[in-house]
Amino acid sequence: MGELSRMWRESPNRYRLLGKKCGNCGRKYFPAREICPVCHRDSIGKMSDFELSGNGEIFTYTIVHEAPPAFSRQKPYVLALIKLEDGPMITGQVVDVDPDEIEVGKKVRSVFRKIAQDGKSGIIFYGYKFTLA
Amino acid sequence: MEKSGIVSYGSYIPKYRIKPDEIARIWGEDPENIRNGIYILSKSVPAPDEDVATISVEAARTALQRGGLKGSEIEAMYIGSESHPYAVKPTATIVSSAIGTNFDLFSADYEFACKAGTAGMQNVLAMVKSGMIRMGMAIGSDTSQGAPGDVLEYSASAGGTAMIIGRENVAAEIKATLSVTSDTPDFWRREGQPYPTHGERFTGEPAYFKHVVSAGKKMMEKMKTKPEDYDYAVFHQPNGKFPMRAAKMLGFNEEQYKEGLLTPLIGNTYSGAMMVGLSAILDVAKDGDRILAVSFGSGAGSDAFHIEVNSEIEKLHSRGAITVRKMLEKTKFLDYGMYAKFKKKLVLGDDVE
Repeated sequence: MGELSRMWRESPNRYRLLGKKCGNCGRKYFPAREICPVCHRDSIGKMSDFELSGNGEIFTYTIVHEAPPAFSRQKPYVLALIKLEDGPMITGQVVDVDPDEIEVGKKVRSVFRKIAQDGKSGIIFYGYKFTLA
Repeated sequence: MEKSGIVSYGSYIPKYRIKPDEIARIWGEDPENIRNGIYILSKSVPAPDEDVATISVEAARTALQRGGLKGSEIEAMYIGSESHPYAVKPTATIVSSAIGTNFDLFSADYEFACKAGTAGMQNVLAMVKSGMIRMGMAIGSDTSQGAPGDVLEYSASAGGTAMIIGRENVAAEIKATLSVTSDTPDFWRREGQPYPTHGERFTGEPAYFKHVVSAGKKMMEKMKTKPEDYDYAVFHQPNGKFPMRAAKMLGFNEEQYKEGLLTPLIGNTYSGAMMVGLSAILDVAKDGDRILAVSFGSGAGSDAFHIEVNSEIEKLHSRGAITVRKMLEKTKFLDYGMYAKFKKKLVLGDDVE
């Protein structure tokens, strides 16, 4: 049940790439942070919700051959660090590509996909992944 | 009187495809017979991490982008499908959260075989016309199922379309809509069954053609129009042949139906089928164009729409949202083994997924 609560709590972030913007320095954060690590106390009460565009480019990547059980149908798959055009760097799976199509610097955009499911009767977890733009 | 109708629209078709030749190879059928019999050259296949919720979200986001709209402006959300991810927990809850609608939202999931999406369009249109809401979204989306080796396996595909219906900045006015319904045992799926069953002799004349042609004729009678008064006609398309025959029975020619006929390339997207065709027409439609759109849902019924496009469509075209034809340019073909893995026809243990 802990996992269910966590996924529910984080669903706006996972579904819509909802991060935070510091009202003091303008830096954007994902995952969302309540305090800006640069401005510290000056950012208290000034962190506002910010929806990231989901557009970015591949900063670096790895190809996963030994996948967790939930990804058995997708291996080998690409896991990348994505430098978003809004600023933050985030980790995400790149889907609908063959691993040999992936290169550092290629443009990607976010897509909404199924992440995992809790067995045959449990909840289905959704969230962001990326695909080549 | 104030106009009501389509304010924006968006579609999503998964990237993966399989050809009927590959399915026929596995089941020992003559691919030429299949191609000629149902006129399907390839069908879309959802990736392992795609379902009706993900397809609906992608279609909804494209519709919002094309309309220059925010999710918070959507006041109603109805999703028609026969492959909702949950038996109990509405897909509309997931999709509305993913596009950022407000907590104040009318929503539900609909089911009426392949016409549940257009039933949603009628529902939203009625709410807009009555003044209950300013703007709402209706989605038709499916990851349809065909039993291995069954004729449906050659056509059952995946895709969806979102229509935003409102009364401000209407680009395609829905001047009229009507429906026909009867109790016809042409196709069904019982609770808990993974694949549908079809009552073969009922599939064509008593089901598809009776309902589609009746609804089309009734609409032309109601609007006092003839086939030549329409620039485009689009029908539910369970295969490539049925909609062409229905079009001819109603008096439409190839020029009128070819733009909205996508099943030969993507297969039958069920609840998405007519709506994806309509979306492809709206991608190229111009001010003054008239469209007759008729869906069909097994069981059985049809919804007909008389639609008139105005100059607002140019604003939608200018926003650069992906068109249906553009989406069809990027495809990856699968062999049957990969298709079986993607479609979960190969079952993994409980501890795996």
